[in-house]
Amino acid sequence: MKFTWNWLQDHLDTDHDMATILDALPMLGLEVESLDDPKDRLGAFLIAEILEAKPHPDADKLQICSVSNGTETLQIVCGAPNARTGLKTVLAPVGTYIPGLDITIKAGKIRGQTSNGMLCSAGELGLEGDDSGIMEMAGEAGVGTSYVEYSGLSDPVIEIAITPNRGDCLGVRGVARDLAAAGYGTLKPIDFAEEAGSFESPVKWEIAADAEEAVPLVSGRCFRGLTNGAAPDWMAGRLLAIGQRPISALVDITNYVMFDLGRPLHAYDGDKIAGDKLIIRRAKTGEEILALNEKTYSCDEEMLVIGDADGADDLAGVMGGERTGVSETTTNMFLEIAVFDPISVAMTGRKLQLHSDARYRFERGLDGESPVKMAGYIARLVRDICGGEISQLIIAGAGVDWQRQIAFAPARTKALTGVDCPVDTQSQILETLGFSIDKQDADNWSVQPPAWRNDIVGAADLVEEIIRIYGYDKLEMTALPRDFVVAKPAFDPQQRRAVWLRRTLAERGITEAVTFSFLKHQDAALFGGGDTALHLANPISADLDCMRPSVLPNLLQAAVRNVNRGEQNIQLFEVGPVFFGTGPSDQRIACGAILQGLAETADWQRPARKLDVFDAKAHLLAALSALGVATENLQVTTDAPDWFHPGRSGRLRLGKTDLGIFGELHPKLLKHYGLSAPVVGFEMHLESVPPVKAKGPAKSLLSLSALQPVERDFAFILDSDVRAEQLIRAVKGAAKPHLTGLTIFDLYEGANLGEGKKSIAIKTVLQPQKATFSEEDLAALSDAIIAAVAKHCGGQIRG
Amino acid sequence: MQDLDALKTDILSAIQSSDSVAELDAIRVDALGKKGRVSGLLKQLGAMDPDARKEMGQNLNILKTEIAEALAAKQALVAAAALDAQLAEEAVDVSMPARPERHGYLHPLSRTIEEIAAIFTDMGFSIAEGPDIESDFYNFTALNIPPEHPARQEHDTFYLNQDETGARPVLRTHTSPVQVRTMEATEPPIRIIVPGRTYRSDHDATHSPMFHQCEGLVIGPDIHMGHLKAVLIDFCRAFFGVDDLPVRFRPSFFPFTEPSAEVDIGCSRAGGGLKIGAGDDWLEILGSGMVNPKVLENCGYDPDKVQGFAFGMGIERLAMLKYGIPDLRTFYDSDMRWLRHYGFVPADVPALHTGLTG
Repeated sequence: MKFTWNWLQDHLDTDHDMATILDALPMLGLEVESLDDPKDRLGAFLIAEILEAKPHPDADKLQICSVSNGTETLQIVCGAPNARTGLKTVLAPVGTYIPGLDITIKAGKIRGQTSNGMLCSAGELGLEGDDSGIMEMAGEAGVGTSYVEYSGLSDPVIEIAITPNRGDCLGVRGVARDLAAAGYGTLKPIDFAEEAGSFESPVKWEIAADAEEAVPLVSGRCFRGLTNGAAPDWMAGRLLAIGQRPISALVDITNYVMFDLGRPLHAYDGDKIAGDKLIIRRAKTGEEILALNEKTYSCDEEMLVIGDADGADDLAGVMGGERTGVSETTTNMFLEIAVFDPISVAMTGRKLQLHSDARYRFERGLDGESPVKMAGYIARLVRDICGGEISQLIIAGAGVDWQRQIAFAPARTKALTGVDCPVDTQSQILETLGFSIDKQDADNWSVQPPAWRNDIVGAADLVEEIIRIYGYDKLEMTALPRDFVVAKPAFDPQQRRAVWLRRTLAERGITEAVTFSFLKHQDAALFGGGDTALHLANPISADLDCMRPSVLPNLLQAAVRNVNRGEQNIQLFEVGPVFFGTGPSDQRIACGAILQGLAETADWQRPARKLDVFDAKAHLLAALSALGVATENLQVTTDAPDWFHPGRSGRLRLGKTDLGIFGELHPKLLKHYGLSAPVVGFEMHLESVPPVKAKGPAKSLLSLSALQPVERDFAFILDSDVRAEQLIRAVKGAAKPHLTGLTIFDLYEGANLGEGKKSIAIKTVLQPQKATFSEEDLAALSDAIIAAVAKHCGGQIRG
Repeated sequence: MQDLDALKTDILSAIQSSDSVAELDAIRVDALGKKGRVSGLLKQLGAMDPDARKEMGQNLNILKTEIAEALAAKQALVAAAALDAQLAEEAVDVSMPARPERHGYLHPLSRTIEEIAAIFTDMGFSIAEGPDIESDFYNFTALNIPPEHPARQEHDTFYLNQDETGARPVLRTHTSPVQVRTMEATEPPIRIIVPGRTYRSDHDATHSPMFHQCEGLVIGPDIHMGHLKAVLIDFCRAFFGVDDLPVRFRPSFFPFTEPSAEVDIGCSRAGGGLKIGAGDDWLEILGSGMVNPKVLENCGYDPDKVQGFAFGMGIERLAMLKYGIPDLRTFYDSDMRWLRHYGFVPADVPALHTGLTG
């Protein structure tokens, strides 16, 4: 919403300067978006007179001008063809910034001749106008005066943002009313007296039965004997200042009233209306209207249109039609002032993707009384500018149901805001804003909002009006009651786990990523997702059209982007949501990581090591361990999903609980993403990890043995298909409770062992319980271990 | 006696001139060994008369001790020299690089969420969460956003395909639905913040289709806008670490609050850069207000008995302002260079006792 400083003062009688008003507006909820003061840009330009123009001795197209700036005579070299003796024009003194050229004028010599300033064209000032020469000012222009003052361009343009509830401030008068209520002046009276009219309108309204609900009130009247021409300078100037191109007096009047009073109007050429009535009705499906923007719109039967005997020619509240619109030759006009259902206008505009200043105001709600209340004022404005005669006003519709009583206790203001605003001030604020109050008793007011405040429906709205005008700066900081002197933890155990996971993985050298919750459905399908229920109906791009089933595909994409940037050995993790259905319980928090390239880079001391499945396994175990899982008790199964390498992946389980998957990514998948092997990864869901049983902060009692533990190594020859897990379980079973450490330190498969055989070497740490081991004790333990491995794994001790 | 003196001189000078462990050992054997020269004299003691034997015995013992001490002293010197020589040989070029290590970084978003959480924890808040895929009711209707509201249009809001009941799940456009879920499930008083992912159908230099918000909700007896003001001013000052940060409350409009306030913080753009703190300009930082009575009603509360405030802020915006991150879109690009630069080492845990300023 734009207006000029002078325009505001048409409605607001104020002694405050503009800076004060600009500071006040945001505190009323009218955010100032910009201020364009032509003085800032053009204040230095002066009216000057060319006292003499004579040819430049060394250049055909240049002249040497003696220029008066009102106080002294300057020599200026000028190339404009219209520079001539006696011309009044615009001077940029030395040091002036020329917006149209983006240069600052310096004193200097042009082709050897001194030049102290520049004579300017309109374009050089950044203005519209004839650019073939320097500006030509009228004879009465005072030499030495400021150009912006003289030309009337000095009126600063203010742009404010209007929140959707404040349709009443989409006119300058509404803004002035808020300022007046806040004590920044008084709202000037406006003469809304009705105009009787001297003849009966030859055009009548008809509202079709199916449109009645959407047309609560519409007025109209004819004007005849008009002279349409250019709008007066003051009106055209203001419209130009706010970015509206002046068209003709009649069109400009309708626009001006829209920005001045927030009251959109539509002007028909009375001679172009076929028949003697305008019918407001629902459009027929496929009915076409050539609108004033010269585009044709095809309607449906929900859209409200206005038409005559020849058909629809107005998209009610959105845009008028070309066929019946006013033109420069219009002498008879029918002027429509309507209130349409805001939702109907919004829906029509949305469907047609047609934005207009009128629609913007209609859909935010208009003054429910305005079609009648403002009609006289508007009629006089037309007559003052275009002459002619005014008809009687015709009115149709059941009337706008804007009147409502809101029960209000003034104490509510303090209850909601904490501010003690005096009761008299409260009523004064409301009344200045146009509310009327019936004070039934001190605690019980019945408040009626004005016709232009459709947004006010309850007591909380009234409190907002009062505190908004009284001032948000009067809100007193009040500390929340402190229920606990020492704050309780904000994170629940599950939320805390996400924090631990992030730290654990970052400590392990993996960097946290945050990627989108969606991806392309084809990629979702590669990771077990892609269900159509999880497809976006209106994706922003085909690459982001499905909710993700896993964090891995987006991390793989991220790895690809990094590889393409020349990055190597990418290690990324993400903790974030994944989706298996649309219900709240179908959402999980996943923690996954992708590692690409080398586990260890080569340096002068050691060779590079490529990533493998055991890197992924280590990270997953560390993640689980961080969440309190006793990882030594986990089982590994080889049923990881098919986006992993089938022989180099696994699933960690605690009993039947699936805790996470890890492995090398499937080569087919890597090919799809264009990544080279190895890429390893893991993924787990926080919800799957059983909560640690709450036992209080105390740890179990530690009993330390005074006896020295003993290390014993064993090497077993086993069938190749015996899994390490089986061997470990056998050894653990045999050496309990003495076994406190077990490490596999060698795996060997060689021809000398025989086909289908392998050797696994383990180091055990055996802890004596009551007394130091004797040789016999150790021999017995060793024998038990060897026997258990033979029994459960078919293994032989290697000689 | 002269023999003894000569012997002593002989042996001590041999020790003195020796410079190897082996030589010293040979001297020790030659002097003090079973067949050594001192030992030989000791063996002769038995043949001497008691007086001479006593004297000779004492002298020999003194000699023995002297030789042993001289040997030990010399041995220590020689060993020290040998160790010096060995260490000199072991020297390496310590300017060679250490073994490479891999460092992981935490994303500025999770960092910022933890900072927000730390501050609100101290004010008695807990963290609430809710689903990213929401129903129309929780995302819009319950929050007093009517069916015809522009925010519900497809060019603003992501919808999923219609389900079998004809409903279209929506990707939550704000974290406010969790307000509703919390009020439905909980009796007042309530004090929560809700950090989480949110989605809007926008993708340009300053909008991302996914971003993060942190909602706040306080419901309790007599909670009013003065509390709102204190909570948010205290938050802004603690978060940005600027004790005198100017904070301004302006009237605004949100369907789910009434009265509503936009909150600005002071900043300065002097010299081209943006500095948070007292200055000549304001930055919009969050939206807030008293919970609209209609929302309270929609959640099953009696608005005549229960009141409170709510606020919402963009987490990316907070992170960008605090940590000088210029471009929103870079948050989700996972560019390793960006993450190393704008990320945080995991040991740097934001907490009130250690500080929140990174």
